[in-house]
Amino acid sequence: MTAVVAVNADVSRSAEELRETSDLLLNLTNISKRFPGVVALESVDFDLRRGEVHVLFGENGAGKSTLINIIAGTFPSDTGTFKYQGREITHLTPHGARAIGISPVFQEFSLVPELTVEQNLFLGREITNGGFLNGIAMRARAREIIRELDFDLRPDYKVVQLSRAHQQMVEISKAFLTEVRLLILDEPTASLTDSEAEKLFGLVAKLKNSGVGIIYVSHRMREIKQIADRITVLRDGHKIKTVQAGDVTETELVELMTGRKIGVLFPKVDHKPTKKLLEVERVSLTDRSVTDVSFYARAGEITGIAGLVGCGKSELIRAIVGLEPMLSGAIRIRGQEVTAPTPASMIQRGVCYFPSDRVAEGLALARPVRENCSMAALDLPAFSRNKILQRRSERRTVQGIANKLRLRPPNIERAVASFSGGNRQKVLLARGFTREISVFLFDEPTVGVDVGAKIEIYDLMKDLLATGVAIILVSSDLPEVLNLSNRLYVMHRSHMAAELVGADINEPEVLSHFFRERHAGDVARPTTV
Amino acid sequence: MSDDLTGDDVVPMGTTVAGRFVRSYNAVGFLPILLTGLVVVLAIFLPHFLAVQNMLNVLRSSSYLVIIAVGQMLVLIVGGFDLSQGAVVALTSVSAALVMAGLKGTLDPSVVILIGVLVGLGCGAVVGLVNGLCVAFLKISPFMVTLGTLSIATGFALLLTSGIPIYGMPTQFVDGFGRGLWFSLPSVFYLAGGIVAVIWVVQNHTPMGRYILAIGGNMQAALVSGVPVKTYLILSYVICSVLASVSGLALTAQLGSGQAVINAALTLESIAAGVIAGVSIKGGVGRVEMVALGAILLLTLTDAMDLLKIDPRIQAIFIGFIVVLAVALDELSQRRAARV
Repeated sequence: MTAVVAVNADVSRSAEELRETSDLLLNLTNISKRFPGVVALESVDFDLRRGEVHVLFGENGAGKSTLINIIAGTFPSDTGTFKYQGREITHLTPHGARAIGISPVFQEFSLVPELTVEQNLFLGREITNGGFLNGIAMRARAREIIRELDFDLRPDYKVVQLSRAHQQMVEISKAFLTEVRLLILDEPTASLTDSEAEKLFGLVAKLKNSGVGIIYVSHRMREIKQIADRITVLRDGHKIKTVQAGDVTETELVELMTGRKIGVLFPKVDHKPTKKLLEVERVSLTDRSVTDVSFYARAGEITGIAGLVGCGKSELIRAIVGLEPMLSGAIRIRGQEVTAPTPASMIQRGVCYFPSDRVAEGLALARPVRENCSMAALDLPAFSRNKILQRRSERRTVQGIANKLRLRPPNIERAVASFSGGNRQKVLLARGFTREISVFLFDEPTVGVDVGAKIEIYDLMKDLLATGVAIILVSSDLPEVLNLSNRLYVMHRSHMAAELVGADINEPEVLSHFFRERHAGDVARPTTV
Repeated sequence: MSDDLTGDDVVPMGTTVAGRFVRSYNAVGFLPILLTGLVVVLAIFLPHFLAVQNMLNVLRSSSYLVIIAVGQMLVLIVGGFDLSQGAVVALTSVSAALVMAGLKGTLDPSVVILIGVLVGLGCGAVVGLVNGLCVAFLKISPFMVTLGTLSIATGFALLLTSGIPIYGMPTQFVDGFGRGLWFSLPSVFYLAGGIVAVIWVVQNHTPMGRYILAIGGNMQAALVSGVPVKTYLILSYVICSVLASVSGLALTAQLGSGQAVINAALTLESIAAGVIAGVSIKGGVGRVEMVALGAILLLTLTDAMDLLKIDPRIQAIFIGFIVVLAVALDELSQRRAARV
């Protein structure tokens, strides 16, 4: 039903646009793109006017990145026409796209870690003098761009030495090396601070006024509201609707994105804390990313740990299972002290860690779901007897868990690589169900997961909790920890800054601990996601 | 997130002893200091080390390795491997010698030498092109591709000679070039020096050098930045093999015969020289002047062991240990860097 309405709305709008063709910078019609086994885009139309910010909105896997990659020339579309400044463009390459003024700023950084900021800026577009690099000219131009953008960057630093926010700045600077007519920003604020993001918005406004068209990919409602002129919503490779930013509410946008009514994102979790299962006492790590931190987690409650990126919260729970070297302090499971923890010994004690980087640390992508699930429990009788694998029992057990987790598609013999982000997370979680686990350590469980899968993961945590386990939730997603935690710890610069309970678990309170010593002014403006 | 932006975040790596060691290992100064130290120690404890004949030997044998190692470095930088270098040396030696011996007397010696050299370099170019095309277009792992071409090139070399050395090359090639001293230094030394200089300029002052580093550092980034990735991948493999051919020609000239079995350890040594010099086997890092020093260091060690009359089989064990140690240090430094 919605699809029909959307098509009608499109027709009326494109008629309107015909009258202002001169304004049209980019016009894509009927764009489709298939990857092996996946339809990434299906007859999508998209256009961009000069001096406009057009937001692309959609869940992960909706086709946003495929679309911007086609526009940036990374790969061609299978069908459709690509008109830029009134001319039809074919065989676009990344190089060609930049030459005609299309500058992409990707979320996955296109930076070479071992090269300097300056070398990265000019990569593929070096200034040469008779075939030799002209270092002086490049240095001067690099300084000029960085000054223009008002970034705190030094051209001679290697990119590998920079923080993520600084790398993001390099990425943005790269887009400004040539004259920009069409700027693509893919979640550019994901790793910027609020003040840096404001600077970027100022820049976007300036560019808009000078007639640059901007395609802006983002999940953040607040900034979409702030800068968008039009919003195009994609879902499952289809264009759902293009709307004027002023005409639409947040709820409508989320409903367009997910294709269903979103009641409450966060389930009502029933915390019934009983005994302490995990105690961490005065733990410091050898690299000082965690210093003198104590906390505990009880059965029957979700213990949240909040903090900014790099505050040490991930390192803390990684250290519990022995993935980070500990300098001093004690870890106790059910009152028993554990010396020299390793992931294997902690799993046997019923403590399981679920890494945030699912691809790098969590899953063997080329192997089927079944093997990934049973990986941590092959010593149990359900999976092996006398060192011989019990394949049938394994299949039955894993299939049961997969059904319970609503894995989609529910085929446990498929390679994990062919599943979406949310479903990969479920595969990882399934590991916690293959054996008796009483302490769940979740490290950013919903990072890169779409809204639908998020809800399922939250529901799952709720169900888990009802079985009397202890859940520790480490997350940079503030609403997530605020809504799900019974007690919330806040970490700040490798120290434990606060333990909040009850009514104290609210946004201003947490933010005041985030920015304890610095940027006190920023706290006055709470963020909504 | 403002915390990430403080100045002290910019300086990476720990302040532990290991961290400091790794950092100095990566820094400019380590290898030259080590080499100087080694030479001083050898000069004090081994009286024959500084003898003119011995120094010439070290210079000559390192020069062959420098040429090969520089090529290997380019392939290592783009994130690859070339196991076929030793086989290319053999194939070059055999084909160049066959052509020169066959044409001898029919044409002017300089023309004969020119044709022989071109045939030799052609062998390298063909093998390099096959390696490069397979890696760039078929996306086969460099390890498997070059293992395959290693076998193919060795097979051809043996087939052409039946394992018998080929004599009868023009004396100008053997005595004039191969065994000749120019300004009292081995001719191959100038050849190696020239190649290092050219590659240094390419690496530091041309887009090509930048692109090769970028491809190894982050291939996707290079691609979206508009670097012609495939072209430079192939080019790296071709240059690598052609340099192996250059070394093969110089060796053939020195030996005075084309041989299908020339120093089988060359490939390993070329990789060893690279990793000792801090070239990352994961790609993206490597400096030609360091690789040259690495090759000289390796051959100085070998020479010292020769002077000490250490059994060559034990020397092989020792070199193997050095390679593993160097790669382990590289891995360690990468792991620390990843923690930033």
